[in-house]
Amino acid sequence: MSRTHINCTINGDQTDFLSESGGSLLNALRDDVGLMGVKEGCGTGDCGACSVLMDDRVTCACLIFAPEAEGRTIVTIEGLANADELHPLQQCFLEGAALQCGICTPGFLMAAKALLDKNPHPTETEVRYALAGNLCRCTGYDKIIRAVLDAAEGMRASAQTGDAA
Amino acid sequence: MDYVAPTTIEDAVGALSSTPESRVFAGATDLIPQIRSGRPEPGLLVDLKRIERLTAVTEGANAWTIGAAAPTSLLTEDPGFSNQFPGLSEAAGLIGSDQIQNRSSLGGNLCNASPAADSVPAMLVNEARAVVATAGGTRTVGVGEIATGPGRTSLAPGEFIVEFEVDKPPAHSGDAYLRMTPRTEMDIAVVGVGVRITLDADGNCAEARIAVGAVAPTARRVADAEAALVGQPINDDTLAAVARAASAACDPIDDKRGTIAYRKQVTGVLAKRAVTIAAARAAGEDTENAATTNGAH
Repeated sequence: MSRTHINCTINGDQTDFLSESGGSLLNALRDDVGLMGVKEGCGTGDCGACSVLMDDRVTCACLIFAPEAEGRTIVTIEGLANADELHPLQQCFLEGAALQCGICTPGFLMAAKALLDKNPHPTETEVRYALAGNLCRCTGYDKIIRAVLDAAEGMRASAQTGDAA
Repeated sequence: MDYVAPTTIEDAVGALSSTPESRVFAGATDLIPQIRSGRPEPGLLVDLKRIERLTAVTEGANAWTIGAAAPTSLLTEDPGFSNQFPGLSEAAGLIGSDQIQNRSSLGGNLCNASPAADSVPAMLVNEARAVVATAGGTRTVGVGEIATGPGRTSLAPGEFIVEFEVDKPPAHSGDAYLRMTPRTEMDIAVVGVGVRITLDADGNCAEARIAVGAVAPTARRVADAEAALVGQPINDDTLAAVARAASAACDPIDDKRGTIAYRKQVTGVLAKRAVTIAAARAAGEDTENAATTNGAH
């Protein structure tokens, strides 16, 4: 299998790496770039554990061939916090105990971010549909849904007061 | 596997003819799981998404043109499109999760040739045309001529779909797509039914198009169900005739997701509901996204 040189922006940084041309972006992010927050669950696009944003759209990194990332902008869980300051979604997951083993959490957070980026005021139903592609096998989804709704509320309040979230 | 991402149709045709081991892909949402499940790896992956025409969704004077590799999320996000084709838009919105819809495409959904592909009955009732790239240029065929059986298409080696053309519906028309799945989301249709209805000035059915999916080797139009409506009012009697004809047109398989008898019965039920929704849309009544509730109240 040939190796391909790939240039893209990952979490705000120009990044270039060599990857197997038929390998997945998931494997490239973990093995070639060293971003271990991207998790592999099913490897077939069913569980969403490998969710990343590519050009602002949430996708499963396991269903992307690594060379497809050429010139694209990728955001992984490692790019969600602002330095030491957690993203409101991360903070709400933490405060609401919206995780157990944590394997699914990066994927849930990226899918939730994609939702709130386009819909800052989602209903519970909209949150449930937006997270339908993310599976948690430890526990239920209620705490996760509540954490996303709490984060959305907090982000709206911050936006109103002009406070940087 | 080698990978190329041509930026023109000509280069893509050339890349495909360079080796018999080549394979086109758009979102890869079917291709990668197939490779992982043990199907032979293609020698050369030809990514169609860098060809501008393949990912564009544009509204013309009389028709929409949908790039064969355009992510299906574009069809659910564009209010102009979903207002004119609510059924096709809702069918596109049923293909997997948001993660999948940001990658899946009408071209892939059709050419993967699953009998259960959600967008296909909705494209059939809108009589969408596929523009196919060939070594000699392009040819245009009806969407119904592409899939020939599960996993099989009429496309010759090296051919691929460039885009779909869908004529805007006439006045007093509405479309709908309903599917039956045991789960609300992230599931594959046990039955899918697409309908487009055009009403005349008296509110009777002037034109009916009905297509079923997941109940035969390919999605298919049901002429008998359509004939039961044309020139008729839409009422309990004509809806019952539609249901009988739709059930009779099924040639389904028995599998873990549904028995033959169940699929036939559900096809009739969904056909009635989809006709009712499409007719309400044709009459200008507001209908919420019907696909998420299977049209049930």
